[in-house]
Amino acid sequence: MEVQPSAPQGAGPQPTKHRRRWIAALIPLTALALSGCTLPSFGAYKSDTTTGQETYRLWQWFSVGAVIIGTFTFLLIVWAVLRYRRKGDTIPKQSQYHIPLELLYTIIPVIIVGVLFWGTVVVENKVVAMPKTNVKIHVNAFKWGWGFTYPGQNAVVVGNTTQEPTMVMPVGTDVAVTITSTDVMHGFYIPQFNFSRYALPGVTNEVTFHAVKTGTFTGQCSQLCGLYHSLMYFKVKVVTVTQYAAWLHSFDTPAGKLAAQAAQNALKIQMSAGLPVVSAVTAGVN
Amino acid sequence: MTAVISPDTHHDDAHEAHEHHGPTGVLKWLTTTDHKIIGLSYTVTAVLMLVIGGFFAELIRVQLSAPYEHFLSFAQYNEVFTMHGSIMIYLFAGPMAFGALANIIVPIQIGAPDMAFPRLNALSYWLYLTGSITMLSGFFVSGGAANFGWVGYAPLSNAANSPGAGADLWIGALLLTGFSAIFTGVNICATVFYLRAPGMTLFRMPIFTWNLLVTSILILLAFPVLTAGLIMLYCDRHFGTHIFSVQGGGVPVLWQHIFWFWGHPEVYILALPFFGMVTEIIPVFSRKPVFGYKGMVFATLTIAALSLGVWAHHMFTTGTVLLPFFSIMSLLIAVPTGIKLFNWIGSMWRGQIWFSAAMLFAIGFVITFLIGGLTGIYLASPPLDFFTHDTYFVVAHFHSVVMALVMGGIAGLYYWGPKITGYLLNETIGKIQFWFLFIGSQVFTLPLYILGLRGMPRRMAVYPNNPGWQHLNEIATFGAVLIGISTVLFVVNILVSWKKYPAGDNPWDGHTLEWFTTSPPPHHNFYRLPQIRSERPTWDYNHPEAPALTHGTHEEK
Amino acid sequence: MKLEARILLVLGLFFAIMGTVYWIWSGENAGGMMIIAGGLLGFLPGSYYWWWSRRMPVRPEDRDGDVTEGAGFVGAFPGTSIFPFTLGAGAFFAVLSLVFGFWLMVPGLGLIVWAAIGGVAESRRGGTQ
Ligand code: HEM
Ligand SMILES: [Cu+2]
Ligand SMILES: [Cu+2]
Repeated sequence: MEVQPSAPQGAGPQPTKHRRRWIAALIPLTALALSGCTLPSFGAYKSDTTTGQETYRLWQWFSVGAVIIGTFTFLLIVWAVLRYRRKGDTIPKQSQYHIPLELLYTIIPVIIVGVLFWGTVVVENKVVAMPKTNVKIHVNAFKWGWGFTYPGQNAVVVGNTTQEPTMVMPVGTDVAVTITSTDVMHGFYIPQFNFSRYALPGVTNEVTFHAVKTGTFTGQCSQLCGLYHSLMYFKVKVVTVTQYAAWLHSFDTPAGKLAAQAAQNALKIQMSAGLPVVSAVTAGVN
Repeated sequence: MTAVISPDTHHDDAHEAHEHHGPTGVLKWLTTTDHKIIGLSYTVTAVLMLVIGGFFAELIRVQLSAPYEHFLSFAQYNEVFTMHGSIMIYLFAGPMAFGALANIIVPIQIGAPDMAFPRLNALSYWLYLTGSITMLSGFFVSGGAANFGWVGYAPLSNAANSPGAGADLWIGALLLTGFSAIFTGVNICATVFYLRAPGMTLFRMPIFTWNLLVTSILILLAFPVLTAGLIMLYCDRHFGTHIFSVQGGGVPVLWQHIFWFWGHPEVYILALPFFGMVTEIIPVFSRKPVFGYKGMVFATLTIAALSLGVWAHHMFTTGTVLLPFFSIMSLLIAVPTGIKLFNWIGSMWRGQIWFSAAMLFAIGFVITFLIGGLTGIYLASPPLDFFTHDTYFVVAHFHSVVMALVMGGIAGLYYWGPKITGYLLNETIGKIQFWFLFIGSQVFTLPLYILGLRGMPRRMAVYPNNPGWQHLNEIATFGAVLIGISTVLFVVNILVSWKKYPAGDNPWDGHTLEWFTTSPPPHHNFYRLPQIRSERPTWDYNHPEAPALTHGTHEEK
Repeated sequence: MKLEARILLVLGLFFAIMGTVYWIWSGENAGGMMIIAGGLLGFLPGSYYWWWSRRMPVRPEDRDGDVTEGAGFVGAFPGTSIFPFTLGAGAFFAVLSLVFGFWLMVPGLGLIVWAAIGGVAESRRGGTQ
């Protein structure tokens, strides 16, 4: 408080004035903060799905908190270390408790945690929500590759470490993705969607993506699954709705059906025998 | 205030006399039940494990310094990181936390002649040693060591996916070290409950002892669960049970529940003892009492209570757990952790800080732990965990924390080493070692956070599709090299200082009872004891003019 | 003794409440079971200590005791003993038998039995010095 430039009236401390100044300083800060997009990214992806962007904003807010608290605490440590260096042999005051202060740094963190939890729940509910949709993709993870089938359609894509498979999905639509595994646990991880979910044997996980722009993104297995875990890549290709329909359609031609059949067989062999897919089969117009 | 001759004195003399006729050499080591010698054995073994585990870490970092390195094969890489994690967690951090300094210091801090069950204590050490040998021998069997990560997730760890003796040796090693831990837990609880000196009420126990009491309670709550899980895993592998396999109607995720029900308390079992060490060191070198002693105890107990309800924050992305429950419990753990942090700062505040090597390491601990704690809070939020889980962000989080713990442990060795050996370590080398370790830790972990956010999953032998990650990985490798140098410096320091700088009984003007006895302490620890009227009996004895003040004012307690 | 008891009982109570809330909310059995079992681990020793604390005088270490009150016989502390090592070696063989064949259980169990008998006998003699 002392460092504030004193008002020309010099009328001594004026609590209301001080408070007003604080508020005045806070307004632009909050405005800046509320507009979310002006915050730095703190290293994370902005993401290309709606839920991914929600997650990104949550990340920014957590980071604002972490930077403020972290900097404050760090400076406190540095200050204590530099200021209270040993300066002689006198014994400092042996103070041991300061109840108000201790309560303060118990209660404030509890409040902060409450706020963080609130934000978490809000975003989490959006991320795990499963709105009804007709566009469905089923992901089958196996050692060491991925199979993508499109329930109700002929389209099948299978690939392994030698040939990355591509999951094609439409933009601007809710896409329900179900994920499972045929052998060990895998992680269905798409960094730029800010999302990952285990592929578990015996369990079918479900998630909804709503991509906001077209493009190709990389995906990768994130959960250790054995020898070639680090080569278990896939691609996600987000296309326009018409392109998507055309792509699905390409599997309805005789050639497309054959290719889909071959992929389906490869996947079946994989699922029944638990053997690695020896030759990669990718199908489709892309 | 006068020291009162311990009535035990004559008894002790008799012992001393006897000892000269006792076994010597190897036989003495094999048959000892003295908590100090056992503690020393623990310390030496644990530091050896740190060196071995650290060697594996350097192998990992060399492999990752290029996107498609052929330094290690895929199979070797999986073995190496599995053994790195397993050695560090099961064979270094745990035993270092509750076996090494705990064993030596806890009985002395409460004025006890030994642990409550000295022979059980010796058994703990032998189980630890044989467990370590079992774990490491995995490299010498056909098929190699375990390669499914230190968490051994089913079904990757079942007989079909991980055949071979290495995996069984891993299970066997964890059974042995698990029982070792349980016995130590029993021992410390009994010692603290029954062997305190007169006047040493619970709320006069040094924080280090408090933390070890709580650690021991956590051990007793958590380790039996792991042991049970390991037996189930073994039965799945060899007796055709299908507890964790879908084919037989089992549930693979059950392993994760069991493992993390042990695993999260375990991270606090590792952390609390080091928190305790730092809480002893910071006040002593600030020449002040611990700030907020009672808050500190309360925080430790709260951490213990909460840590049984957070395990599934390691399983957020399985899609099978109750997200809000585990999220709020995990976030809440940050509160007592924060209280501790501010109490450490409060202990330095207005003090007279003496920058000994031990104090430097303690300060390094606080700063590094701050980073690890803050990033832990992100991970406690499921949406944020969804995209950081199983990436290098998590690796960075827990390496910030464990590098802090390593600093705490080394601080403890610089601080209490002289008490056990009678000789100080070289302070200058210690300080150089500190800067290598401190800077190395940050240079090592900070790039890993960024890599995690860029999307680099953990446990990757190669990253051919992302050559752009190479630079950050090189920086991390450089940090790891700095850390390696600091470890070498530590060994050098021990050799250089060998029996060179006699310590005297109380080189740091310590607060607690261990500084009242000789260095090294006699067979049953004390010839005499001071009156115990606060948590700083030795300080009160040496500085009758400066008792602790409450409430930061001049009123006396 | 009262305070020790209270700490364990409060921990047990906390786990009981947390376990109940979790079990009902999540319907997941393994975790619910484990937390409740944790609660029991608080209650069992906790109530034992509580029971004792009401039946014994306040110990010197639970009040402003004078160090001279610690006089006398604290307990028999064996100075040295080979049996922990024997038992540890037995356990080692027993565990190795899980990996390399059950015949290793023979030396394992042998050492364990030897250590058990020897250790008990040693305690009866009041421990070696
Ligand atoms: C502020 C307190 C802390 C919080 C909120 C916290 C939170 C978390 C969370 C949520 C995870 C799981 C991340 C994931 O796998 O996606 C995690 C991982 C981990 N934490 Fe912490 N943590 C804290 C403190 C600690 C401490 C004190 C230690 C160590 C002594 C520690 C060691 C670990 C380890 C080893 C892992 C990784 C386990 C693995 O998957 O291999 N953490 N932490
Ligand atoms: Cu994988
Ligand atoms: Cu955890």
